Amino acid sequence: MRISRIAAAAGGVVIAAALVLSGCASDSGDTGGGSASTGVVNVAWGEPENPLIPANTNEVNGGQVLNNMFAGLVYYKADGSWDYDAAESIESDDYITWTVKLKADQTFSDGTPVTSDSFVKAWQWAASNPDLLNQWWFIDAIAFKGGTYDGGENTLDLTVVDDTTFTVVLDQPRADFPVALGYTVFFPLPDSFFDDPDAFGDAPIGNGPYKLSDEGWVHGESLSLVPNDGYTGPRKAQNGGLNFKVYATQDAAYADLLSDNVDVIDTVPTNALATFKDDLGDRAVEQASAVFQSFTMNYNLEHFGDNEEGKLRRAAISHAIDRAEITDVIFQGTRTPAEDFTSPVIAGFDPASIEGSDVMKYDPAMAKDLWAQADAISPWSGTFQLAYNADGGHQEWVDATVNSIKNSLGIDAVGLPYPDFKGLRTEVNDRTIKAAFRTGWQFDFPSQANILGALYVTGSGSNDADYSNENFDKLFREGLAAPTQEEQSKIFNEAQGQLFTDLPAIPLWYGAVTAGYSTLVDNVEYGWDSWPILYNVTKSE
Amino acid sequence: MLWYIVRRLLQGIPVFFGSTFIIFSMVFLTPGNPVLRMFGDRTPAPEQVAALEEKFHLNEPFLTRYFLYLGDILQGNLGTTYAGQSVNEILARTFPTTLRLALLAVIIQLVIGVLVGLISGLRKGGIFDNVSLLVTLLIISMPVFVLAFVAQWIFGIQLGWFRPTVGAGAPWSDLILPAIVLAGLNMAYVVRLTRASVIETSQNDFVRMAYGKGLSRGRVIPVHILRNSMIPVTTNLAADFGILIVGATVTEGIFNVPGVGNELFKAINRGDTPEIVSIVTILVIVYVLVNIAIDVLYGVLDPRIRYVK
Repeated sequence: MRISRIAAAAGGVVIAAALVLSGCASDSGDTGGGSASTGVVNVAWGEPENPLIPANTNEVNGGQVLNNMFAGLVYYKADGSWDYDAAESIESDDYITWTVKLKADQTFSDGTPVTSDSFVKAWQWAASNPDLLNQWWFIDAIAFKGGTYDGGENTLDLTVVDDTTFTVVLDQPRADFPVALGYTVFFPLPDSFFDDPDAFGDAPIGNGPYKLSDEGWVHGESLSLVPNDGYTGPRKAQNGGLNFKVYATQDAAYADLLSDNVDVIDTVPTNALATFKDDLGDRAVEQASAVFQSFTMNYNLEHFGDNEEGKLRRAAISHAIDRAEITDVIFQGTRTPAEDFTSPVIAGFDPASIEGSDVMKYDPAMAKDLWAQADAISPWSGTFQLAYNADGGHQEWVDATVNSIKNSLGIDAVGLPYPDFKGLRTEVNDRTIKAAFRTGWQFDFPSQANILGALYVTGSGSNDADYSNENFDKLFREGLAAPTQEEQSKIFNEAQGQLFTDLPAIPLWYGAVTAGYSTLVDNVEYGWDSWPILYNVTKSE
Repeated sequence: MLWYIVRRLLQGIPVFFGSTFIIFSMVFLTPGNPVLRMFGDRTPAPEQVAALEEKFHLNEPFLTRYFLYLGDILQGNLGTTYAGQSVNEILARTFPTTLRLALLAVIIQLVIGVLVGLISGLRKGGIFDNVSLLVTLLIISMPVFVLAFVAQWIFGIQLGWFRPTVGAGAPWSDLILPAIVLAGLNMAYVVRLTRASVIETSQNDFVRMAYGKGLSRGRVIPVHILRNSMIPVTTNLAADFGILIVGATVTEGIFNVPGVGNELFKAINRGDTPEIVSIVTILVIVYVLVNIAIDVLYGVLDPRIRYVK
């Protein structure tokens, strides 16, 4: 998953569709079509946590740079739909063996050609070593044939047919395979990478709309990109370049935005949330993002096991939380109560059609009733605890949530703070935690399959609850093989019905992006992944 | 004198070992596995955890890691960050900026603080004396982040006199506003010290003597009064300089100054343990050295102060 700037902080804020539109509206409507501007757009940024190597970049700062320097086989549009970038076609008859055809005559910014080898070698390398942060993509996110955590050389079943054609063999049928291919880890690499990966991580060479400028990456200060004239794909740069400026705090970036010293920020600091719409007017952006927040109880937690009592108690807890009031009061209406296990910005979102989705409704009477039924099976004693990391700004909503549970059910409920994120995750990982704990997911690629597969399929990596249900697993596999997105979503939503019955996690709310841009730029739009679409931004000199 | 400096340097050695040990153990022994943080909400596979633990030597016992680290430090290698950057390079890049910021702040303190203190001292009990007392009190009672935010808002955003944050290369002009904020903190002490010292010096016989032999105020005040009042002020400023160069973390963060404090702040946010320990260790060494220098300075400024063996 992409780690947001402050890894532990919850996503952002969500509001109604009307505001999404107003946020996206721009002053002038001249997108594309040769009217490219020449100004250099200043972007608020943070120093990446890892070298700029696609297989090792899983956080937002490095990701944004790589995304503008590289062209993957596909790219994502603002609404989360995808289209071909470096690929001409990606096709399969059985959804297991895929044939990828590249557009002809593409080059890296150093002049070397982009060929099938550029992709195949890059992917084999990315899957070769467990110390690469994105290795899991070839095993857990998309099961490639031959992908294992042990790694090793050339384990994936990839075959180069000719300079612009290669085939990929998956472990199981997956109709939505092309959707995933816009992620960083699938970017191609030039031959020079393999000579010296460390040097490459400091000054990457890509095939995307931008390349590194002569100044390049001045550590601790900035990284600047200029348009790559050799790029012929659909994401042509509409400005004179991008200058990523390092900010230690979101507050400093926001102060610079107010005086037009920086043009695009992707997060408004918490203390400016109340005023940023007044400060920025039309230039304030607030729109739904693909972030899902929840809390999880592992099935080894007493009273919440995989049995009738556990089911009743989980449903009671879900009914006991007044999500609408908490999002309103604590998040000032900038998040929306969750209605399912995915996200409203991801295609297929339709909670109303799912049987059992009313378990998300606040209903204290029902909650009490279910809790009493569970008590009849095995009486409750003790305190309901909700664990969170104290370094991520979670205390307020955790307190509100446990209070809601306490008031609805008449039991003791408290927040359980851990000093930092790693402390919390270590206990979750070791399965030693004896409390409910906060969980969340930011979508890696715009498909329901991403979250459902990673969190709830038996044995999958991030299944922190150790949830295992045959019916869900079967439906998930069927959904993966469904030929169209509509058919897939229908099956996935049926699978979600099983999740509503079992509640391996208690969904809370969806995140949002709160952001803004300066008076000097136009055509600023934020994508489904909360990132500004930088190549489209225009700025006159 | 030489023996004194050597002795002080030798005393610095246990301070160095003690502080590195404490910082190292605090950062590395906090509960939880730093590898897990790199994956956010996703749970990494055990193979991935093991591979990364090995890469960053997290699987070795604590003492082994501490001694490995000490060995590196004694060879002048401060390690690398998780992002693969050398901490030596980071410090080489950020220290000059912080040094310039500290220097500017000290100069501002010196010029304004001494001037205000001098006038207050010469006109003890006057309006100027009382107003300056009040203003410096007000400034000193404000937390630094309030002062910094207010200055940034008024002078950077509303009036537009300065850029609200420091730009690329940290030009001197961008450092003025953060330097004023930093100077404000210690200004009250400089003013009071100068004032008290000037009052005391003015009552000395040699001042009356100077006036008696017909020297003008323009000669007596700078040469006889001010010069003899500067000893406590100078040492105070030197001590403050020491504090400033080991990081004005909060101010550097707010004004986005690419200095040591800012770097440390970012490293803590990223949870970059090798970087945190190395930077703090260097700061401890710098602080120890600055303090030794100050003690030596006493003797230079006032020959009456002697160091006994």
